[in-house]
Amino acid sequence: MSAVLEVSGLSVRFRTDDGVVPAVNDVSFTMGQGETLALVGESGSGKSVTSLAIMRLTSGEVGGRVVLHDTDGATRDLLTLPESEMREIRGSRIAMIFQEPATSLNPVMTLGEQIAEPMRYHRSMGRRTALREAERLLDLVGIPDARRRLASYPHQLSGGMRQRAMIAIALACEPAVLIADEPTTALDVTVQAQILELLRELQERTGMALLFITHNLGVVAEIADTVVVMYAGRIVEKAPLRPLFERPLMPYTAGLMRSVPRLTGLRETLTAIPGNVPDPALLPDGCSFAPRCDHLEAGRCDARVPELDAASDEHLVRCVRWRELAAP
Amino acid sequence: MTLASASTDAAVVPRRGGRGLRRFARHRLALIGACTIVFLILAAGIGPYINPYDDLHIDILHRFQPPFVGPHLLGTDQLGRDMLARLEMAGRISLTVGFAAMLLSIAFGTIVGMVAGFYGGLIGSVLMRLVDAVLCFPSIFLLLTLAAFVEPTLFTITVIIAATAWMEVSRLVEAQIRALRDRDFAVAAVALGASDRMIMFRELIPNAIAAVIVAATLNVARAILLESYISFLGYGIQPPVPSWGNMLNNAQEYLVSAPWLAIIPGAAITLAVTGFNFLGDGLRDALDPRLDVR
Amino acid sequence: MSLYLLRRLGQSLILLVLVSLIGFALIHLAPGGPLAQFTLTPGMSSADLARIAHQMGLDRPLPVQYWEWFRRLLIGDWGLSYRDNQPVLAVIGSHVPATLELMISSTLIAVLIGTWVGVLGALRRYSIFDYLATIGAMIALSLPTFWFGLVVIYAFSVKLGWLPAGGMYTVGDGSLLDYAHHLIGPAMVLALVTVAIWSRYMRSSMLEVTSQDFVRTATAKGLPRRVVIIRHALRNALLPMITLMGLQLPTLLGGALVTETIFTWPGMGRLFLDSIGYRDYPVVMGLLMFTALLVLIGNLTADMLYALYDPRIRLD
Repeated sequence: MSAVLEVSGLSVRFRTDDGVVPAVNDVSFTMGQGETLALVGESGSGKSVTSLAIMRLTSGEVGGRVVLHDTDGATRDLLTLPESEMREIRGSRIAMIFQEPATSLNPVMTLGEQIAEPMRYHRSMGRRTALREAERLLDLVGIPDARRRLASYPHQLSGGMRQRAMIAIALACEPAVLIADEPTTALDVTVQAQILELLRELQERTGMALLFITHNLGVVAEIADTVVVMYAGRIVEKAPLRPLFERPLMPYTAGLMRSVPRLTGLRETLTAIPGNVPDPALLPDGCSFAPRCDHLEAGRCDARVPELDAASDEHLVRCVRWRELAAP
Repeated sequence: MTLASASTDAAVVPRRGGRGLRRFARHRLALIGACTIVFLILAAGIGPYINPYDDLHIDILHRFQPPFVGPHLLGTDQLGRDMLARLEMAGRISLTVGFAAMLLSIAFGTIVGMVAGFYGGLIGSVLMRLVDAVLCFPSIFLLLTLAAFVEPTLFTITVIIAATAWMEVSRLVEAQIRALRDRDFAVAAVALGASDRMIMFRELIPNAIAAVIVAATLNVARAILLESYISFLGYGIQPPVPSWGNMLNNAQEYLVSAPWLAIIPGAAITLAVTGFNFLGDGLRDALDPRLDVR
Repeated sequence: MSLYLLRRLGQSLILLVLVSLIGFALIHLAPGGPLAQFTLTPGMSSADLARIAHQMGLDRPLPVQYWEWFRRLLIGDWGLSYRDNQPVLAVIGSHVPATLELMISSTLIAVLIGTWVGVLGALRRYSIFDYLATIGAMIALSLPTFWFGLVVIYAFSVKLGWLPAGGMYTVGDGSLLDYAHHLIGPAMVLALVTVAIWSRYMRSSMLEVTSQDFVRTATAKGLPRRVVIIRHALRNALLPMITLMGLQLPTLLGGALVTETIFTWPGMGRLFLDSIGYRDYPVVMGLLMFTALLVLIGNLTADMLYALYDPRIRLD
C-alpha cells in the first residue's frame, strides 16, 4: 500500500493575550491508499485542530510537514504551498466533511448548486455538466429521486440525507483523502450505521484514504484500520485496530475503553476517568495525563513529557510505565 | 481572519484579545460622551455668568463678525448679538427640553410597556399594536402636525416631543417585562401573594432598569435632535427664546455671507447628540452585553 | 409561505384600521376641528357654523363619522385643499414622484456604500478601518440632517460651485443631466443616515453569518475567497437587511422632509411644510395618512420579499 498522506511533526499554536497555546504538538502518522485512520480523543484533545491544520483552515501557526502523494503521482508539502495552490487542493484532492449537517450547508442554495460548485471551480465544468454529475453523485450516496433533489434546499432534507449530500460534495472531485470530522455524532444511531456503511462502500470503490475523527470507540471499532489516540494535543497511542482494542498500552486508552457502556455481557459499573481534560494553555510538566492517571508515579511521570515508544512495529505508546503496566 | 476558522477556532481558543480592545474603545467613547455632556451642561449653566457679553444685547454696528477674529469668540449674528452667549442660553433651553421630554416619554413609555408586558393577552396585544400603528407615522410629520395644533411654549413643545418618542421605550420595556415575568423570582412573588402593582414595581422594574437607562440616554439625544428640527423649521421654540434649532432659522439666508451662523449652532447640536449617543452605547455595552445588537 | 403572507396581510389590515383611527383622532384634535377653515372666516355666525357642521355631518355620532371618513379614505376622496380647492389626493400625487425619486436614489447610494463598509468592517474586525467606520457611523447618526445639508450646500455649492444650491432644475434647462446634477446634493445628504444604519447592521449580520458552519464548508471546498464572501456569506447576510429596509421607511420619509426643505426639492416633504404654514389641514392630514400608508405598504412589501427570497419560508 503506497502512502497517500504523510504527516510529520505537525504542531499548531495559537497566540492569545495569555501567551502561546499549543493545541497540537508533534503529531505524526501516515495513511495509505484505501486506509481508514481513526483519530480518537475527547473534546480538547486537538483532533479537530489537527484535521483543520492539514487542510490549512486554521488561523493558528502550523509547523511540521504534511505531504500529499496524489493519485496523479505529484508529491506536495501542503504546509509550504502558496494559498492559491492550496485552494486548488482543498475540496478537490483533499476533502472534508463536518459534524453538523444541519448548519454545514448553505440554506439559500439548492443542493445541486452546492454539489456542483467544487466541480465548476476545480474542474472548470460548465453548469449543466456539473449538475448532471451532481445528480450522479446524489445517486451514489444513496439519496433517492436524485434528479428532483437537485432543486431542493437543505432545510427540506433530514439529517442523514444532509450528511449524505455533504459526502456527495466532498466526493465531487474524486479526492485522494477524505477527512471526516465526527460526521455521525449529530445523527441517530441507525442513520449513523448507514452513513458508516456508505463511507466504507465509497472507500472501497474509490480507494481514497479516510481520516475519521471521533470520540466514539464503537464507531472506531466499526470502521478503522489504524487508530491514533490523542490527548492534550499529543499522540499518546497508535496501533492497528485489533492490537489497540486487545491490548491498550496507554492507561488513557484503557480508561477510554472502560468507560464505554456495554449492552451485553456482565453489567459492570461505568468507570469514568476522573478529572477533566487539561486546558491547553496550562499543560502540566511531564505527561499531560499524569494528574488523572491511576498509575501515576511521582518523579517519573511528571518530570518530562514521555517519548513515543515503539512497543512493536506498528504499536506506539507515549508512557514511561507501559512495560510494567502491560506485564501480565 | 480565516473564514473557515471563525466557527472552530473560537471553540479551541477563547479570543479575548479582540473583545478586550473593543470593550476598552467603547469605554473610552462612553467617557468622551460623558465628558462632552458635562462640558456642555457647564457651558450652558455657568457660561452666561462668565461671558462678558449678553445674548440679548443688540449691536448693529458689530454685526456679522466672524469667529476667532474680534473680541467675540464665536462671532456675532445678523443683529450683532454675541454668538457664544446665544449658544450658551440656547443650550440651556435645548438641553432642558431634551431632558424633560425624555423624562416624560420614558415615564409614559415605561408604564405602557409594563402594563402590556405584565398582563399580556388581549391588553398586551392591543397596546403593542397601537404602538406599532403610531410608529407608522414618521416622527417629524407627526411632530410638525402636533406643533401646528398647539401654542408653541416650552411646555407644549416638550410634551409633543415626548409624544413622538415614547413608542420605542414601551416596546423595549414590554419585551423585557414579558421575558422577566416568567422567570422564577417573579413567579415566586406571585406565589407569595404579592399584588400586581407590587410585583411590577418591586420585582420587575429593577431588573428592567438597565435597559431603561440605556433607552433614556439615547432618548435625550433623539429629543434634542427633534427639538432642533422643529425649531429650525419655525414650529418649535419661538424667538426671542433662543434654542440651538431656531438659531439656524435664518442661517440659510446668510449662508454665503456669514456661514458661521449656520455651522456653529449645528456643531453644538451635533456635539450634544453625539455625546449622548456615545454614552448610551457605552452604557448598553457595560450594563448588559446581551442588549448589544452590534 | 401562503400562511405566512396571510398572517402578515391580516396584521397589516389591523394596523391600517388603527392608523386610520389615529388619523381621525388627530383631525378632531386640530384647533377648530374639521371646521377649522370656517372658524377663521370673519362674519360667520354661530348659526352659519352650525349649518355647515350639519352639512358636513359633524352632528352625527363619532363612530358614524369615522366610518364615513374611513370609507371615503378607501375610495380616494380625501377632501379638498383649503388653498386651491384641488382634491387632496391629486395634490399629493403630483408631489410624490419627486420624493420617490429622491428616496430611491439616495437608498441605492446608501445601500451600495453601506454594504461595502459593513462587509469590510466585518472581515477586518477591530481594525482601524472598522473602528473609524463605527465611530463615523455614530457621528453620522448624531448629525442633524438639515445642518449637514447646509454644510454640503456651503461646501459644494457656495465654495466649490460643483453643485447647485437647490431646486430640481435650472431655469431654461430641463435635461436629464441637469436633473441629475440637482439630485446629487439632496440624495447624498439623505443617504447619510441610511449609510450609517445600514453599515452597522450589515457588519453585525456578516459577522453572524461568517461564524456559521456553512461558510467553513464553502472555504473547505477550496472556493476562491471572493466567492465564499459574496455567494455564501453575503447572500445570507442580506436576508435580514430586507426587513431593515422596511423598518427604515419612517426615518427615510422624515429625512426626506428635512432634505427637501433645505434643497427646495419639490416633493411631499416641502408640500407638507407649506401646508402646515397655510394651515391647510386637509392636505396636512392627507399627507400624514399617506406617509403612514406608505410605511405600512413598504413593510408589507419588505416582508413579502423576504418570504420570497428565503427558501426556508418560500417552500414550507
